[in-house]
Amino acid sequence: MTLLEVDDLRVTFSRKGAPDFTAVDGVSFDVDAGEVVGLVGESGCGKSVTSLAVMGLLPQRSARVSGAVRFDGTDLLRASAGQLARRRGKDLAMVFQDPMTSLNPVLTLGRQLTEVLRTHTDLDRTAAKKEAVELLGRVGIPDPRRRVGEYPHQLSGGMRQRVLIAIALACSPRLIIADEPTTALDVTIQAQVLDLLTGLVRESGTAMVLITHDLGVVAGTCDRVNVLYAGKVVEQATRGELFARPRHRYTTGLLAAVPRVDAPEGTALQPVPGTVRDRLPWTQGCAFAPRCGAADDACRAGEIALEAAGGIEGGPSGHPARCVHPADLEVSR
Amino acid sequence: MTALDALTPAGPDGAAGAATGEDGVGPWQSAWRRLRRNPAGIVGAVIVLLFVLVAAAAPLLAPYKPATSEWFGQVTPTSVPGPSAEHVLGLDSFGSDLLTQLLYGARSSLVIGVVSTAVGLAAGAFLGILAGGIGGKVDTVVMRVVDVLLSIPSLLLAVSVAAVLGRNSWSIMLAISAAQVPIFARLLRASLLAQRGQDYVVALRSLGLRRRSIVVGHMLPNSLGPVLVQATLTLATAVIEVAALSFLGLGDPNPAVAEWGRMLVTAQARLDQAPHLALYPGLAIAVTALGFTLLGEALREALDPRSSR
Amino acid sequence: MLTLVVRRLGLLVVVLFGLSLLLFAWVRALPGDPARALLGEKATPAGIAEVTRRYGFDQPIWQQYLTYLGRLLHGDFGSSINTGEPVVKTFTERFPATIELSVAALLLAIVVGIPLGYLAARRRGGWLDNLVVGGSLLGVVVPVFFLAVILKYVLAIELGWFPTSGRQNARIDATHITNFYVLDGLLTREWDASWDAVLHLVLPALALGSIPLAIIVRITRASVLDVLGDDHVRTAQAKGLPRSVISRRHVLRNALLPVSTTLGLQAGALLSGAVLTETVFSINGIGSYLFDAVTQLDYPVLQGFILFIAVVYALVNLVVDVSYGFIDPRVRVS
Repeated sequence: MTLLEVDDLRVTFSRKGAPDFTAVDGVSFDVDAGEVVGLVGESGCGKSVTSLAVMGLLPQRSARVSGAVRFDGTDLLRASAGQLARRRGKDLAMVFQDPMTSLNPVLTLGRQLTEVLRTHTDLDRTAAKKEAVELLGRVGIPDPRRRVGEYPHQLSGGMRQRVLIAIALACSPRLIIADEPTTALDVTIQAQVLDLLTGLVRESGTAMVLITHDLGVVAGTCDRVNVLYAGKVVEQATRGELFARPRHRYTTGLLAAVPRVDAPEGTALQPVPGTVRDRLPWTQGCAFAPRCGAADDACRAGEIALEAAGGIEGGPSGHPARCVHPADLEVSR
Repeated sequence: MTALDALTPAGPDGAAGAATGEDGVGPWQSAWRRLRRNPAGIVGAVIVLLFVLVAAAAPLLAPYKPATSEWFGQVTPTSVPGPSAEHVLGLDSFGSDLLTQLLYGARSSLVIGVVSTAVGLAAGAFLGILAGGIGGKVDTVVMRVVDVLLSIPSLLLAVSVAAVLGRNSWSIMLAISAAQVPIFARLLRASLLAQRGQDYVVALRSLGLRRRSIVVGHMLPNSLGPVLVQATLTLATAVIEVAALSFLGLGDPNPAVAEWGRMLVTAQARLDQAPHLALYPGLAIAVTALGFTLLGEALREALDPRSSR
Repeated sequence: MLTLVVRRLGLLVVVLFGLSLLLFAWVRALPGDPARALLGEKATPAGIAEVTRRYGFDQPIWQQYLTYLGRLLHGDFGSSINTGEPVVKTFTERFPATIELSVAALLLAIVVGIPLGYLAARRRGGWLDNLVVGGSLLGVVVPVFFLAVILKYVLAIELGWFPTSGRQNARIDATHITNFYVLDGLLTREWDASWDAVLHLVLPALALGSIPLAIIVRITRASVLDVLGDDHVRTAQAKGLPRSVISRRHVLRNALLPVSTTLGLQAGALLSGAVLTETVFSINGIGSYLFDAVTQLDYPVLQGFILFIAVVYALVNLVVDVSYGFIDPRVRVS
């Protein structure tokens, strides 16, 4: 059953004195109930903007949003501010990237937990407080009864991210959007927090959109993956397919840049050259072409569709990718 | 030396080493460009320029001599002569030409303001460099002294200085600079301390440069921008303080002296019959202070684009 | 927290000690006989002999200082040259007027300034914002005594809406308990007296309030803009909290922390401004007392004033810092 359906989402930022910038350029993907879906890409490819658009948290003055975000049948983009607020925190929640700044420094942890409970449920003060202690315990914070009265600066980054996860889970939402939830943490803590998050999500049957630039994270958690580049989805696959048979040249580039334990000795990591800024407008071809080793004139000859392979006889039947020269065809050639 | 200079992020932006936008243009030049594009800054600069010109050329511009009480006979207890052919703005309550008094008032405001700010800047900078450049015990001692200075309200400081030195312009100058010393001391110290940990200073030190030449040759030039901004803003306060102190009766004992603050205080007695006597000097103070403030804010934005809000 | 209080009180003692030394040196540095200087123009040979004996001017200088310090510690700040009244007595009589004025001005500035700064930041770039930014600039550059003169001329002399001077109409025979006239009226249930005192307070408070108002508005605005950009506000939105709760609990509350620290720094400016405002509206506070002392070089009064204000100023700042510690949990712990 489809829980979230993002359909042709477009976000354009306009600022005085600067040309309009389209950060999200017709993104479509969906999330089934209880499923973990990854949005992968380098910074600046539109992942975070997509998540903020789904939550309705983009600045209204400077961002224009079009398309549709259907959550459980209703289009969130067309919901009123009040309707949206009633669903946020209750039906869909978010875990942000930077735990150091995402908690209010002058309110106790307990207060920040109970306020979301008391907004969306009819728990009274004492019940909410009890629930807050329970939640802190669930996310693995030791001595939650004491911690409830403490302030964010008294906790480490990893602990704060646990608190943010507790806040997101507080009202048992049906969907959680986690925007780079471990990027700001120490490497040693990253795995712990990610395990906690996925464990809790799986356990409660909550669906999750996991945003990351790290394919290693995707490999361990996601059911399905959307690879984003320059505001468009360039490849959509299940986790197995993506790692076994990546098709878009950007995806293969990302995979080549991930260190692997099973790689033959002496294999050098292959970074993707250039940055997202070196892009071709999608209307003129593949935005990735300037950075792509396999690009030729065909890649610069107008818009390229996101399509599954199959047109070529004898080729492997692949998942959708937005590429003129998919990597999987090279093998069979 | 040239190789070492290359290490120093020269100019006002240097402290953070931020790119200033325009390629191939020094930070001072690009600051100048930004300043010229800021309308409020231009208004401020024009006011300041006019003020300085008027102050400098007061003897040429003024139709008469100041504080003469020459036409005191025309002033009655119930009326002060208004504008006439001989006196464009009329007389003041002591029988001097009002326009002349206003022009010379600019002169005394400028002299007292500039001298006091210069003295305050020099003394404050000395303390600040001592504290921030040497650090350690010197820093502690100097900053305690500054704390003590700061813990006394500036008016009080001014009143005490003025009371010790008696009623003359010098006491006003020193009084105002005494209140400014802590401001500049803190500013320079903070700026030097912020730079001390920066990579370029560490690099210079690793090259074996002596501390004094690092501080004087590399760190101080980087503090120039903020000091310039603060000095301009301080001039605005100084103009108001000069007026406030002469309003309180400090400064020249002659009540008819051409000082805006004193003109305001004497005008009060005739507020119901001749409000313009209070209006002109008051406006003169406000406009001058506005000029320095606008210029100072514009300088701040030009020298540090990130601070603009 | 306790160490802060102790340290600040320690600093205060150092400041007072240094000040007393300076003030002592000051009177000694006056040209001529210090006894004559203390007595001013009214000095008679008998008076000089009396003062010389009382202040110990014939004793060694260190002993003189100790005597001076001892008298200070006993609360003897000397007597005014002009009136002969003990400085401390005059101060305690007059200080309520100054406090009343300063508190009224500060309240006005807070009540008007914080909402204005908040609204300006919420509608950044709008007409209200431009008005607030421009107005706060004017508040900084227009001298308080000039504003006082304008208000007095327009609203009191020309329009006659408010009294021109004083603290209360002389015809009202009010009972004074605390010397805070508004409060006195309320305590004695003399509503007319209280209301009259309020009317007298409006213009001076408006004039004096312009200083803290300009600063409070600016800082509130900048601070709210800062907080609005903070991640935790976005978290609050993502929680689905009602808009009013976000504004109050997550924006305003955080934004007011920096505002509250600056309130302490206002104390000095407020005091200086009060001195000037009192002279314009002929209010018998310490301002006009100081004004007289300065023009007549009444040394004992000036000495007493300086010490007294240093103490008040330091205490006010201490109270502000301590209360700041209670508001901001980050300060409280560290």
